[in-house]
Amino acid sequence: MLGELFYIFIFPGFIFLIIFSLTAEFIDRKIYARLQNRVGPPWFQPWADFIKLLAKEDIVPAESNPKMFKVAPIFALAAAISAFLYIPLWKTDALFSFNGDLIVVLYLLTLPTLAFFIGGWYSTSLYSRIGSVRCMTQLFAYEVPLFMGILSSALLADSWSLKGIAVFYMAHPWFWLFNLAGFSVSLISLLGKLEKVPFDIPEAETEVVAGAFTEYSGRMLAFLRMTLDIELVTGSALLALVFFPFALNVHPALGFVIFMIKILFIVSLIALLRTVVARLRIDQMIDFCWKFLVPLAATQLLLNLMLKGMFLR
Amino acid sequence: MHNSEEFRIPIGPQHPALKEPEGFSVALKGEKILGVDIRLGYNHRGIEKAAEERSYIQDIYLIERVCGICSHSHSTCFVQTVEEIAGLTVPARALYIRTIIAELERVHSHLLWLGVAGHEIGFDTLLMYSWRDREVVMDILALVTGNRVNYGMNTIGGVRRDISLQQAQEILKAMDILEERTKYYIEVATNETTIIKRLSGVGVLSREDVLLLDAVGPTARASGVKRDVRVDDPYAAYGELTFNVITDDHCDVYGRTVVRVKELLESYKIIRQALKNLPAGPIAIRAPRKIPAGEALGRYEAPRGEDVHYVKSNGTEKPERVKIRAPTLANVQAVKHMLRDRFLADMPIVVAAIDPCFSCTDRMVRLAEQGSDKSKIISWPSLHAYSIEWHKKQGIDFSELNKKLAARLAR
Repeated sequence: MLGELFYIFIFPGFIFLIIFSLTAEFIDRKIYARLQNRVGPPWFQPWADFIKLLAKEDIVPAESNPKMFKVAPIFALAAAISAFLYIPLWKTDALFSFNGDLIVVLYLLTLPTLAFFIGGWYSTSLYSRIGSVRCMTQLFAYEVPLFMGILSSALLADSWSLKGIAVFYMAHPWFWLFNLAGFSVSLISLLGKLEKVPFDIPEAETEVVAGAFTEYSGRMLAFLRMTLDIELVTGSALLALVFFPFALNVHPALGFVIFMIKILFIVSLIALLRTVVARLRIDQMIDFCWKFLVPLAATQLLLNLMLKGMFLR
Repeated sequence: MHNSEEFRIPIGPQHPALKEPEGFSVALKGEKILGVDIRLGYNHRGIEKAAEERSYIQDIYLIERVCGICSHSHSTCFVQTVEEIAGLTVPARALYIRTIIAELERVHSHLLWLGVAGHEIGFDTLLMYSWRDREVVMDILALVTGNRVNYGMNTIGGVRRDISLQQAQEILKAMDILEERTKYYIEVATNETTIIKRLSGVGVLSREDVLLLDAVGPTARASGVKRDVRVDDPYAAYGELTFNVITDDHCDVYGRTVVRVKELLESYKIIRQALKNLPAGPIAIRAPRKIPAGEALGRYEAPRGEDVHYVKSNGTEKPERVKIRAPTLANVQAVKHMLRDRFLADMPIVVAAIDPCFSCTDRMVRLAEQGSDKSKIISWPSLHAYSIEWHKKQGIDFSELNKKLAARLAR
C-alpha cells in the first residue's frame, strides 16, 4: 500500500513527472532557441514561469460557465498524469499493467484535447471558441494516423499491452527497424496533439490570440501549460517504448537512464521539426494528414502484416 | 458558433498580430472571411498641426519621427520639398549621401518585414534569422549617422554628416555579408514547402485592381505594375545610378515577398555604385531661415511605397501647412479587396504583406456612437474647439494667458 502510494505520488509518478516534464520543456525551449541563434532560457525558466503563474490571480470571465471553465484544466492535467503511470520506465513492466493498456494510454492522451475544447468553449470568448473548434477539427485529422502508426507496431508484437510489446521486441531484437515509417507518422501526428508548429493552429497567436487558452490566467493557465508539458513527456515516452524497444532488460538504473535519453531524443526531434517549418492552415493540415500521413501509416500496417505472415508464424 | 451562423470577430485595436493600433472587424462564417471593415484613427498624433507651430529646422526632426522605420524617408521627402520652394541647389555629395542612407534604410526595413512575415505565418526561425542579419545594417547606420533609427542626417540644403573613407569600407564589407545572407533567404523562400503553401495564392490583387485601387510600392510591383518614384521621377542621386525595378507576376503575398527580397539585392547594388561614384565637395549649403512664399509637392519612394509631402510656406520661418501622405494609406484599401473569400488564418499575413505602418498613416478622428454603426468625421476647427472645451472642463484654461500673450505681441 505504502509502496504503491510512493510510486504514484513520488517516483515515477506525480513529483518525478513534474520535475521531468519541466526539464523536458527546458530542453525543448533551449534547443529551439539555439537553433534560432538565440541564447535561450536558463534551466530554471520553466519553474519560474510555473511558480509565477501559480501566484497570479485566477480570473473567471463573467460570461463563462464557471464550473466547466474551472474543471477543464484539472481534468486535463489528471488525464495526462494518469497516462504516464502505465508506461514502463526501466524494465518491461510498468507500474500498472494489464492487457489493453496501450489503448488506455492513447485514450488518456486524447482527453486533454477534449478538456481544452470544453474549457475554451465555455469561456465564451470569440477567440477561445474559434481556437477550441480548431482543436477538435485538428483532433480528427491527427488522431487516426497516430493510432495507426502506434498500433502497427503493436500488431507486429501481437499484443495490446505495453508490457507485451516490450517483451516481444526483447525476444525479437532489430524488428523495430521495420517500424521507422510508423515512427515518423506518429511523431508528426504527436506535433498536432502537442499543438506545436506546424500544427499550432488552435493557438496561433497572430490569428486567435491564444486560442482555447485566451481567457485562462493564473493557476488554471499553469495547469494547462503543465498538461502540455506532461503530454510532451508522455507522448515521447510512448513513442520511445513502442518504436525504440531496446536495452530494456539491462540493470534497472542503466535501463532507466537509457530510457530517459530516448525520451529526450524524441523531445529534441520535436524541437528540431518545429524550428524548420511554418504554421499550416487548418485545411492544409487536414489535407496533409489524410492524404499523406494516413496512406503512409496504412503502408506500414500492410508491411507489418506481411512480416508477421513471413517470419512470425 | 454554429457553422451556418455568421459572426464578427475583432482583430485590433489591440491584437498580437498587429504591432500598432488598428481596427479590423472581420465577418466570419466558420473559418471563412465574408467581409472586413477597417477602422483607422486610433493614433492621431497631430504631427501636421505641430509642424505648423515650429520652424523649418525643428520640423525636420519632428517629421523624422512620423515613422520609426522609414524616418529618413519622411525627413528627406520634407527637406526636398522645402528645398524646391526655396530654390536651393543641394551639393552632389549630399545627394549621394542621402541616397546611401535611404538604401540602407530600405535594407533594414525589408529585412524587418521578412521577419514580421515569418512571425505572422508561425515561422519564428525566419524572424530570428532575418532580424539577426538586420543588426548588420543597423550597426552600419549607427556607425555612419550615430543612431539606429531617426538618423538626423538631413538638413535643409544638404546633410549634417559626411561619410569618411573608412566608413565607406565598413559599408562595403557589410554589403558583402548581407548579399550572401539575402541569397540564402531567396533559396529558403523558393524551396521551403510550408512557406510556399502559406504564401502563394493568398491575398491576390490583380494588375487591374492595383491600378484601380492605386496601390504603391512593393504591393503594386508584385502585381506587375512598374511603379517606382526612384525611376519615374528621380530625386537625390537616383538619376545617375543604374538599377532595375523589380516586378513580379505572382500578384499574391508570395510575389510581394519575392519583390522585397530581390529589392534587397538591388539596394546593395545602388549602395556600392553610390560609394564608388561619391563626388567630392561640400555636404551642405547654407539655407535661409525664412523660406520664401510658395508651395510644393514632394514624392519619395519609401520602403513601403510612394511617400507624398505637401508644404506651403508663407515667407516666415514656419510653414503654413504641411500634409503627409504615408504609403500605407494608399495600400490599406487594397487589404479589404485581398481578404475577400479568404480564411481567417490568412488575415495576419495579408495585412502584414502591405508592410503597414498605421501610426504614420493616421490623420483623422472619427467618432463612432457606442452600440451603433453610425459615425461622423469631425473637422480640424471643431476638434480644436472641442479640445479647448475639454481642457477647460479639466480646469486647464489658457484663454487668460492667450489674451495676455496677444496683448504683449500687439505692444
